[in-house]
Amino acid sequence: MTKQIVTASRLADGRVLFRAPEGWSTDIRDALMFTPDEAAAAVARAQGEPTRVVGAYAVDVDDAGLPLLGRERIRVFGPTVAPYSQVEA
Amino acid sequence: MYQYDTFDHQLLADRVAEFSDQVDRRLSGALTEDQFRPLRLMNGLYLEMHAYMLRVAIPYGVLSSRQLRGLAAVARTWDKGYGHFTTRQNIQFNWPRLTDVPQILQALADVEMHAIQTSGACIRNVTIDPFAGVAGDEIADPRPWAEIIRQWSTLHPEFAFLPRKFKIAISGAIEDRAAVRFHDIGLRVIRNDAGDLGFRVWVGGGLGRTPRVARELREFLPAAQILGYLEAALRVYNLHGRRDNKYKARIKILVDEIGIEAYRDQVEAEWHAAGGPTLEVPEAEIARVADFFAAPDYANLPDATVELARWRAADSGFDAWATHNILTHRAPGYAAVTISLKPVGGIPGDITADQMEAVADLADRYSLGELRATKEQNLVLPNVRQDQLHALWSALRSLDLETANKGRITDIISCPGQDYCSLANARSIPVAQEISRRFADRRRLDTLGPITLNVSGCINACGHHHVGNIGLLGVDKRGAEAYQLVLGGDAGEADASVAQITGRAMTAEEAVDAVEVAAAVYLDRRQDAETFIQTFRRIGVTPFKEAIDAAR
Repeated sequence: MTKQIVTASRLADGRVLFRAPEGWSTDIRDALMFTPDEAAAAVARAQGEPTRVVGAYAVDVDDAGLPLLGRERIRVFGPTVAPYSQVEA
Repeated sequence: MYQYDTFDHQLLADRVAEFSDQVDRRLSGALTEDQFRPLRLMNGLYLEMHAYMLRVAIPYGVLSSRQLRGLAAVARTWDKGYGHFTTRQNIQFNWPRLTDVPQILQALADVEMHAIQTSGACIRNVTIDPFAGVAGDEIADPRPWAEIIRQWSTLHPEFAFLPRKFKIAISGAIEDRAAVRFHDIGLRVIRNDAGDLGFRVWVGGGLGRTPRVARELREFLPAAQILGYLEAALRVYNLHGRRDNKYKARIKILVDEIGIEAYRDQVEAEWHAAGGPTLEVPEAEIARVADFFAAPDYANLPDATVELARWRAADSGFDAWATHNILTHRAPGYAAVTISLKPVGGIPGDITADQMEAVADLADRYSLGELRATKEQNLVLPNVRQDQLHALWSALRSLDLETANKGRITDIISCPGQDYCSLANARSIPVAQEISRRFADRRRLDTLGPITLNVSGCINACGHHHVGNIGLLGVDKRGAEAYQLVLGGDAGEADASVAQITGRAMTAEEAVDAVEVAAAVYLDRRQDAETFIQTFRRIGVTPFKEAIDAAR
């Protein structure tokens, strides 16, 4: 069964957010795991928070909760190139 | 350089106030994201993978030391302490907060800069030869014309919603250093037989998913008639360019579809209907703008031949730098210096706020306070006394900015790729870094001679891979990064050509190896003093393909 998380960009500063039990978190370890149907519903609910998040979408993840696609992993961990690889919370 | 008048200052003040209000309304929810997106894009603000990205215009790449300090302040105060010079002579900041952008725009306005028309379907920043006004091979200075076009195109109401973005480049020298045949319109300054100044006009060039070498629209257009003619050219495009498919919306596709003759006929008809040759930029206005770019009072100096020879003999580092990074200046005793932003293993085009400030100081001390940003993602100090070159080089060395590789295989042009960009299919920077390390040895650079190497992370081709002598295109191969190697591109007007594909896409490691193979084929097959591109043109792509395939 495909597992998904829901991610978006924070409106105020564009930082990467993950749907967490309590709203949104910048830390993927807080991300809720969804079935695709649940994820689609969470994406739809994010439309109701237009002053908080932008561009919510679902991402396929492995059992550890990490994205399968390289692009999404870069979004989680920040640019792979030093010395600017630290993503601020 | 051009100085803002009260109108320019008011225009920016109004724009900052307007955008501040739009940001407030977005944050309060009065504007939806769909409503806000085109407004922020009109101010150069994108939403990328990790954060917003602000693209700041450097009009035709000309920058004062004061403006560079202003950019350093933006990097330090509101970003992460660095900026990224782009292939369009602009600078991008990768981490601004939306809530800070009004303040950033105000800080930019304070140094006569902005982000207007750095995005959107409008006329973008005009790009020119970074050695304008100082190159030894110049016919006429393109800067006054770039400024006249900038003023005409800024907030031009008719061209605010074109089918797609529109890029204009101008070259004023014998050697085309502005890639005029890879722009929507390319202008080449020429003189006709009577000695009158004018432009050869190219149209429909471009990169992206449909690379095209521009076709000649007009052999000679008297210079003063440029705005009326551009207006006609843009109007025909605005009327007939496709709006149903963004991939077919650039002017190159219109020219493809109706043909250059039909497009030319329509432009001429439109131009003549509006007044044709009678529509001239007033002579007094041309003179007024040209005054801003009058040559500085150069000291009456001899060429520093003896000192240069002594310094070169004494220090191989200086010798290499002087060989690669100095261009002949029109004024005796002076040189135009390229500051390479391509250190070994570095990120092409990146510069820290500290370096920006230090370079601004060097521009004041050694280059009459002026700099240029280049489409190769480097900086230029255009007016350096030859007898101060060694002192400048020593200062650059202390800033790690003395890399001696202009025009060499490690002077890599690279887009930000998937490390930053939402559109990218693959990372560009790590591949560029690995190639840079692989070819770092100075003897190898010298042996290989002039080679352009370009890396793009997707088919949109911001890294200009189509015009690299060696190009790498990042693609997505079933969810994994892969790279296609292309060879034989040339951005210059005389030999403009689009690079040819060598074979199927490879892993990053294989791609770097394939670059090594291509370099080896060149060294093996070159005759006399042939450059890489000359050998490629003589032997074609096949020997390269075969060697790359054999090595895999």
